[in-house]
Amino acid sequence: MRIINANKITETAKDLSIKANLDLRKDVLAGLKQAYAKETNKRAEKILKSIIDNALIAKKEKLAVCQDTGMPCVFVELGQDLQIKGDLNKAINRGIEKGYRLGFLRNSIIKDPLNRGASVYNPAVIHVDLVKGKKLKITVLPKGFGCENKSQLRMFNPTADLDDIKKFIVDAVSQAGPDACPPYVVGVGIGGTADYACLLAKKALLRKITDHGSELEDEILKEINKLNIGPMGLGGSTTALAVKIEAYPTHIAGLPVAVNISCHALRSATKVL
Amino acid sequence: MKKIKTPLKRSDIKNLKSGDEVLLTGTIYTARDQAHKRLAQSLKKNKKLPFDLKGAVIYYCGPTKTPPGKITGSCGPTTSRRMDEFTPCLLDKGLLAMIGKGSRSKEVAAAIRKNKAVYFLALAGCGALLSRCVRSSKAAAYRELGPEAVFRLEVVDFPLIVGIDSKGKGVYKQE
Repeated sequence: MRIINANKITETAKDLSIKANLDLRKDVLAGLKQAYAKETNKRAEKILKSIIDNALIAKKEKLAVCQDTGMPCVFVELGQDLQIKGDLNKAINRGIEKGYRLGFLRNSIIKDPLNRGASVYNPAVIHVDLVKGKKLKITVLPKGFGCENKSQLRMFNPTADLDDIKKFIVDAVSQAGPDACPPYVVGVGIGGTADYACLLAKKALLRKITDHGSELEDEILKEINKLNIGPMGLGGSTTALAVKIEAYPTHIAGLPVAVNISCHALRSATKVL
Repeated sequence: MKKIKTPLKRSDIKNLKSGDEVLLTGTIYTARDQAHKRLAQSLKKNKKLPFDLKGAVIYYCGPTKTPPGKITGSCGPTTSRRMDEFTPCLLDKGLLAMIGKGSRSKEVAAAIRKNKAVYFLALAGCGALLSRCVRSSKAAAYRELGPEAVFRLEVVDFPLIVGIDSKGKGVYKQE
């Protein structure tokens, strides 16, 4: 059995927090550039240009792409033939704090959600999947809360029409409107249980946005881009850069659908150990 | 493009129309959720505020930490909606301009019209780019709130779009 020291995980979580926040994902930057090339609304074009410039400035000057450096969400794929020497959760949270401090990122985490109090750096929201093999894959996704606040879940009847589901997804974007930093990337989770659909919706944001979409994803994206919300909500054909759907088996009595909206600053970084 | 300077006077913003692009130079105060809650509570109890609201500009922003050798960290706008419930009482006490992102409630639009104030939009999700307009940053109040403290920023040619003008007309569909 392969053994990995928890310190190695801490180092990785540290590096990934900094990389994710300072260096916008290549596919997201490419998606923004494609949208900029296609956009015909003058103001939308100008704002898209600023968004692209912002990413370049952030990388060059080692500044956060956005001041909301998010709630750190960490996705771990842990090979079942790998043994961790130390505490996985502690190692990740320690790494997140180190990275956020070293990267001069924002401490946006409140330990007690009701009584609030001073903001700190961790804990992250950590999801662990056991997988085959002896590798460890870690992804850090700093999720800004302007867009996280626009998340939606609906438990449809199993007899619902596909059109109802499409409408729910498009309406979720319409309700986010100008508030959550459009152009958006729309993560959708379909199936499972209420909680699992929400997790799938968030995981969908990890897919490369420039990858070819399914027919359904393309159709919904087209509908969303007819909303004329546009960058900053000031109009244009670029309301979303992509729609990504993850599905899972569900129960005969239900059809959960969750929407997790990301702002244009969709940030994540991954490393395999 | 129109240029305006703080301290703002009502005559400076009277002719700004919703959708206009503006460059702002001068002093602005950051304040977000917790700072707003405190400001509103102080007003309710008739307590003195940590900065003068008369003619002031409030920026809904919680910057990242300032790296060594820099003036500020990343400093883009946060969602304005969350500040809506506290906004009318601040406007009634002399607040003249707000900077944020996204739509506002109809109560805020009405309070803007009543007080002949203005709501500006800043480039949303462009905190690194906007940091280049900041010439100085100083914690001004509620330091214990960390990133939610009030910072006094001196800005030069800070790019804005008029979101709701002094007549209460907004760029977004009013709900």
